[in-house]
Amino acid sequence: MLVARQDAGFRKGTGVSCGKDYWMTDPQTNPLDTATKLCDRLSRAVLGADLDFIAILSIFVLACFVGYYVVWSVTPALHTPLMAVTNAISSVIIVGALIAAAAADVPGAKWLGLLGIVLASVNIFGGFAVTARMLAMYKKKEKR
Amino acid sequence: MIFLLASAPVAECIRDDCSPTNPMTYDQMAMQTAEVATSHGPVNPWVALAYLVSGVFFILALRGLSSPATSRTGNRFGMIGMAVAVVTTLVTHDIANLIEILIAIAVGGVIGLVIARRIAMTAMPELVAAFHSLVGLAAVLVGWAAYLNPGAFGLLTETGIGAVSKIEMGLGIAIGAITFSGSVIAFLKLSGRMSGSPILLPARHVINLGTLAAIIVLTALFAMAGPSETMPLIIAMTVLAFVIGFLLIIPIGGADMPVVVSMLNSYSGWAAAAMGFTLGNTAMIITGALVGSSGAILSYIMCRAMNRSFISVIAGGFGADASAGGGEAREQRPYKTGSAADAAFMLEQAEKVIIIPGYGMAVAQAQHALREMTDVLEEKGVDVKFAIHPVAGRMPGHMNVLLAEASVDYDKVFELEDINSEFAQADVAFIIGANDVVNPAAKTDKSSPIYGMPVFDVDKAKQVFFIKRSMGGVGYAGVDNDVFYMDQTMMLLSDAKKMVEEIVKAMD
Repeated sequence: MLVARQDAGFRKGTGVSCGKDYWMTDPQTNPLDTATKLCDRLSRAVLGADLDFIAILSIFVLACFVGYYVVWSVTPALHTPLMAVTNAISSVIIVGALIAAAAADVPGAKWLGLLGIVLASVNIFGGFAVTARMLAMYKKKEKR
Repeated sequence: MIFLLASAPVAECIRDDCSPTNPMTYDQMAMQTAEVATSHGPVNPWVALAYLVSGVFFILALRGLSSPATSRTGNRFGMIGMAVAVVTTLVTHDIANLIEILIAIAVGGVIGLVIARRIAMTAMPELVAAFHSLVGLAAVLVGWAAYLNPGAFGLLTETGIGAVSKIEMGLGIAIGAITFSGSVIAFLKLSGRMSGSPILLPARHVINLGTLAAIIVLTALFAMAGPSETMPLIIAMTVLAFVIGFLLIIPIGGADMPVVVSMLNSYSGWAAAAMGFTLGNTAMIITGALVGSSGAILSYIMCRAMNRSFISVIAGGFGADASAGGGEAREQRPYKTGSAADAAFMLEQAEKVIIIPGYGMAVAQAQHALREMTDVLEEKGVDVKFAIHPVAGRMPGHMNVLLAEASVDYDKVFELEDINSEFAQADVAFIIGANDVVNPAAKTDKSSPIYGMPVFDVDKAKQVFFIKRSMGGVGYAGVDNDVFYMDQTMMLLSDAKKMVEEIVKAMD
């Protein structure tokens, strides 16, 4: 379910956020359905947002916690490689640039996308390569 | 939790007669779903799962950095995660211009690889700043592309782009633009193309807060505006975001750059996360959260190591007289100087030597000579350790990388809190290119600008060698250092690299 709705085209392009498996369950005999329906109503009333948004917000918030603990466990000696590698992975924004460049219907967006791909690629290749170069230096000493 | 929420059945109303009080029937929903299936083809859950896998690889990449031994595997996980994300995107979209896309990747890739191979390790801070600026600019471009072609991003509803999407898009563009212009300034300052001293505009806090408020208002207006009126708003918002990034960084002095670089690292993450929300892409959201937290934690560590609040760093102006502070007004106090031969003799006699490198070592490129000196001393049975202050250098961990480059064993390199108690047993404290981080005024003088900053207790060592270019300059904090005038201190006034090389020669 979650994964089905994460597809951008499906999720927002249609304004529909339910999946096939939902209506196939029998509403009369499934108490969970009633509970979740209530949950849905509440979220709309209280937050004015749909559960799609809450689902990705949940991922975001939990990932922040994961990030917090993972980063504190990074040894201070590797803080520079940490910055280089976070730099490289934040270029996952290339996904957006690829989507923009893939569509041919709006030339402006396509060129912005292509430029975005170039910039993000510099970062991805440069970031990982320079991190690998730094980490290889730390490697040498283990042998000594 | 996620899965519970996610598996909750949700039916959005696409028909006019459907409301929370009049929900659609299951039949209607079935029809609605069937329509979707026919118009968009079958939904492939593997796509989103692949992005999730990519996000998990990124978590593992950072996890690997907990020790040098696992770090290389971690970096490889990062590459795999990126490959998964890119390939997934390419195979699941109708690509009209694959050749152009591949050329764009190749061009960027070659530039990136060449830079990564050529860059000197001492230049790492400015490289990282430059890379941050690229992420920021890419975020702006993606945000704009999504605005110009919302259909391709699946953001189109009957009434144009949805308000929530517009807010996410606006945030992505604004944070990206701030990251870009801020990083450009940080790059110029770190690489010495622009003076490291703060540029203080009058009423800068008012200007900054006003600009920030204007960006927020414009984003809100942009979210609420009809499809035909959004263009001027988003243009104005983008321009102001570029401007504020510039304004935020110019008043921050060179010594505070470690905090700035970490902060911009964090921003680049939040920009990616905001774009992740726009696209509903888990890989981008997870990555953004990781990078955002990473930068924030590094900023916090840096601030703590300087005993300064994040706000005071961001407010800027620190180290304003660093370049001007030639010590004109200082009283002349007696100090001892020595030659390389003196230092070599005493180092050879020592049992335990602690070396404290600072930014000056990086500037002089003295790390290789220093490693040679360490080797010679170790052959003579001297115990040599390195002590690194969290803010030594121009970015977190900068000194560690330089020492690693010179093949210094990483288990000889210690952090401040791990080694500070050992100075009492040390025969020699060898300070090379550091200054403020050994200044006892941080412990004793409440009026000192660096009061409260944790420093090395070099005054407890039996003998202190202080390599310094001349007596004229002071540290970035612009304060005099009592260590210069202690009985056991010998000033070695020379270029760091030259001095260390001479010491090595004298020891043979």
